[in-house]
Amino acid sequence: MLIFEHSRTGRKGAPQSPKQKASVADIPASFLRKERAALPEVSEMQAVRHFTRLSQKNFSIDTHFYPLGSCTMKYNPRACNKLAMLPGFLSRHPMAPEAQSQGFLACMYELQSMLSNVTGMAAFSLAPMAGAQGEFAGVAMIEAYHRSRGDDARKEILLPNSAHGTNPATATMCGFSVREIPSLENGDVDIEALKKAVGPQTAGFMLTNPSTLGVFERQIETIAKIVHGAGGLLYYDGANLNAILGKIRPGDMGFDVIHSNLHKTFSTPHGGGGPGAGAVGVAERLKPFLPLPVVTKEGENYRWMTEKDLPDTIGSLSAFMGNAGVLLRAYVYMRMLGREGMVRVAEFATLNANYMMAEAKRRGFELAIPDRRASHEFIITLKNEARDLHVSAMDFAKRLLDLGYHAPTTYFPLLVPECLLIEPTETEAKEALDGFMAALEQIREEAKINADLVKGAPYTLPVKRLDDVRAARQLDLAWKASPAE
Amino acid sequence: MPFIPHTEQEIAEMLQAIGVDNINALFEEIPSHLLAGELAGIPEGMTEMEISRLMHARASQHPQSICFLGAGAYEHHIPSAVWEITTRGEYYSAYTPYQAEASQGTLQLTYEYQSMMTAMTGMDVSNASLYDGASALAEAVLMAVRGNRKSKSRKILVPTTVHPAYRKTTHTIVRGQHIELCEVAYDATSGVVSLDAIKQRAEAEGGDVTAVVIQQPNFFGNLESVDEITDWAHEHDILVIAVVNPLTLAILQSPGEWGATGADIACGDGQPLGAPLSAGGPYYGFICCKQELVRQMPGRIVGRTVDLDGKTGFVLTLQAREQHIRRSKATSNICTNQGLVVTASTIHMSILGARGLENAASACHANTVSLVAQLSAVKGVDCAFNSPYFHEAVLKLSKPASEVLAALADRNILGGYDLSMSYPELGSAILVCATEMRTEEEIGAYAKALAEVIA
Ligand SMILES: Cc1ncc(COP(=O)(O)O)c(C=O)c1O
Repeated sequence: MLIFEHSRTGRKGAPQSPKQKASVADIPASFLRKERAALPEVSEMQAVRHFTRLSQKNFSIDTHFYPLGSCTMKYNPRACNKLAMLPGFLSRHPMAPEAQSQGFLACMYELQSMLSNVTGMAAFSLAPMAGAQGEFAGVAMIEAYHRSRGDDARKEILLPNSAHGTNPATATMCGFSVREIPSLENGDVDIEALKKAVGPQTAGFMLTNPSTLGVFERQIETIAKIVHGAGGLLYYDGANLNAILGKIRPGDMGFDVIHSNLHKTFSTPHGGGGPGAGAVGVAERLKPFLPLPVVTKEGENYRWMTEKDLPDTIGSLSAFMGNAGVLLRAYVYMRMLGREGMVRVAEFATLNANYMMAEAKRRGFELAIPDRRASHEFIITLKNEARDLHVSAMDFAKRLLDLGYHAPTTYFPLLVPECLLIEPTETEAKEALDGFMAALEQIREEAKINADLVKGAPYTLPVKRLDDVRAARQLDLAWKASPAE
Repeated sequence: MPFIPHTEQEIAEMLQAIGVDNINALFEEIPSHLLAGELAGIPEGMTEMEISRLMHARASQHPQSICFLGAGAYEHHIPSAVWEITTRGEYYSAYTPYQAEASQGTLQLTYEYQSMMTAMTGMDVSNASLYDGASALAEAVLMAVRGNRKSKSRKILVPTTVHPAYRKTTHTIVRGQHIELCEVAYDATSGVVSLDAIKQRAEAEGGDVTAVVIQQPNFFGNLESVDEITDWAHEHDILVIAVVNPLTLAILQSPGEWGATGADIACGDGQPLGAPLSAGGPYYGFICCKQELVRQMPGRIVGRTVDLDGKTGFVLTLQAREQHIRRSKATSNICTNQGLVVTASTIHMSILGARGLENAASACHANTVSLVAQLSAVKGVDCAFNSPYFHEAVLKLSKPASEVLAALADRNILGGYDLSMSYPELGSAILVCATEMRTEEEIGAYAKALAEVIA
């Protein structure tokens, strides 16, 4: 039932607003709304009950194992939320004077420097509000760098064909054309193809390492040489740093610019779609182009940098300071982990992924890249099951929901057929991993006996399988009051 | 080990299953000379008790000032229930609803949100959110360029009464696609942009203009003549992008009602609908449009459909617009949006209802009228413009704004936004705002303090 269907004309909410409508008689009538907006009219309790019940129709980390590959669904410590929501932070106006914002600015400054340290980059800006905006900032800086040198012919961004969709979309937004470089069967970039692709038109190469295929790019130094040799810059999609924290740093691998999804590696909650934070870090030569705002320290005082400090900045990406509350949560998380904890994250995220991969193999599932170590994630391909049992990766995914597991990422990366990209994260205990693998095996057994059982899943959720085609053909994107009401 | 559950025995069993002796062996593919040493720049880990102490100390460094500062972020009352429910783990710790059947809570809520936003803005379609108001304007501009097939110019008219930070952000985001933002100056007496000025600028640009942006109320708080600008634009095949504060729409004409046929795209920041000031974010950007433009929409959209049994359910739809399918040809690169703040906003709108929002918005207006009356009665303080305004207004000061604001801040009053950086032609001027949270006593205290400071 929709909240609108709980509505009754004339029912008023709790004492949540001033008691009466104040006069707006001094505003000429032509500026005023003709008809009241059709929002629901419900009591406070009805709203609370409705939205509490709706919440119960969600899977979440707090309720389920959620091994969604490339999304790093680790536990979101409650302390991060509570401390970021202290009244002193929540009530702070974004344009409050710096002198009255030193506590907040100190957190931001230290967050910038911790991120620089853990990634090996020279400087960070916390401005981007999600990974894709971090990518935008990074690619815009690459463009600004070439332009500042009069090197205007670099119009092409290269990326591996396993790249996340935001990479090519970002390159287009920044005005570049895109060329994809094939990956080898073992997951590495095809070096020969890369050599042929680079040239005076190359602005940069966007790479995720470990790649979205879940393996570490062993040729990274060769790649850096090739791209830099051609005059291009190297972009690190650091959406997921979980497998490398404290182990290896993008700056040391030769990357010029990186974004990091704090809503993945640094455990800020994903909120059912967002908000995130996509902090962007740069090597020395890109520092002048960083997006504002950036926090700096003079003596004992913190302050915002402005266009005066960074005249070549690519500009700002939001009205204020990006997703400040998300940044505070990441700050708390990083301070709780500390330097030891960061390394542990990488170790145990990697241990969990490799253990699940070994278990998958033992249980007879086909690995997309069999002879490599997994990073924080790995891929199984269900192409055999699809061929022999006529059940797809999506069918497995839906049946997993019945068994109490959120499904892994399906059909990404696009180049592996019938794939599940599985990322357990370090916060899951062995028994959850074992339970998940047993569930996958159970589904395969079910499919052997009765494929329709699996194809009809899920059965135990608030709805059965939903009709996506109808949703796109008979668009119903908003509730409208029927004329009778 | 923070948040890692493994026992020694489990570690041993797992390593054995993998077939290695120790965890370090799992990193053997990394060239050893690249391995990082100790992270010297990261302090040692803290317990929850220790970090709690530190964060309380940091938060208490901020004095609790009385806020007369708006300029795009507003202090409003938020019902206690809003964030209590929003931070339930089921909303808070879920991912984007890729598995629809396991995400009906988030999906239905988003559909309800889209319904509320279309009702507020008077538009046909809403997406599930963008990052913030400024970046939403950038997306609206990109959308207009794709959507207006009759225009070739990629020129967008942008009055300088549009929020300066929105204009800057939009410039950053659209410049790579060779879109030109053409500024239109405002009228010095009224503080709004005149249709004549818009026409002149359009002519100076050769007549072919793709879209015009109008902010209502504008950055100065003044009310623009949206009807005549909208009608003129549509006569000339120019799309109209409305930038609006959604709370004011409880009282003010919705973009769907502008002119004869309504604006084409409405966008803005959802912060006034349930998001705390929170040092600047997370807020959310909203974007709504007419049906004709739905396929140009950026970001996630939720649709209502049915399941195998014919039962109503909700899914992400029209995904062929998005980066994960369309890659370099997507309508935008946005993936993660601001879902949790949308959750708060949906609950906020449900609890207040249209009447509650109307009461809050009208109280903002009345308080600001009272504020302007009391402040402009102070010697050395004058109203800058003569237009009707909503809940912000510009005051000219006889002393430098930065000095006055600093002196007020010392008395724990955030007196407003210093306009001298973005609008030097105004001389010493500030933008003030009194939301429904301000009391008559606080307004009086501000007037008294201002009189002392400016004397
Ligand atoms: C590899 C990779 N790159 C980029 C992104 C985009 O990040 P965001 O969703 O925060 O925009 C993601 C996650 O969605 C990702 O997994």
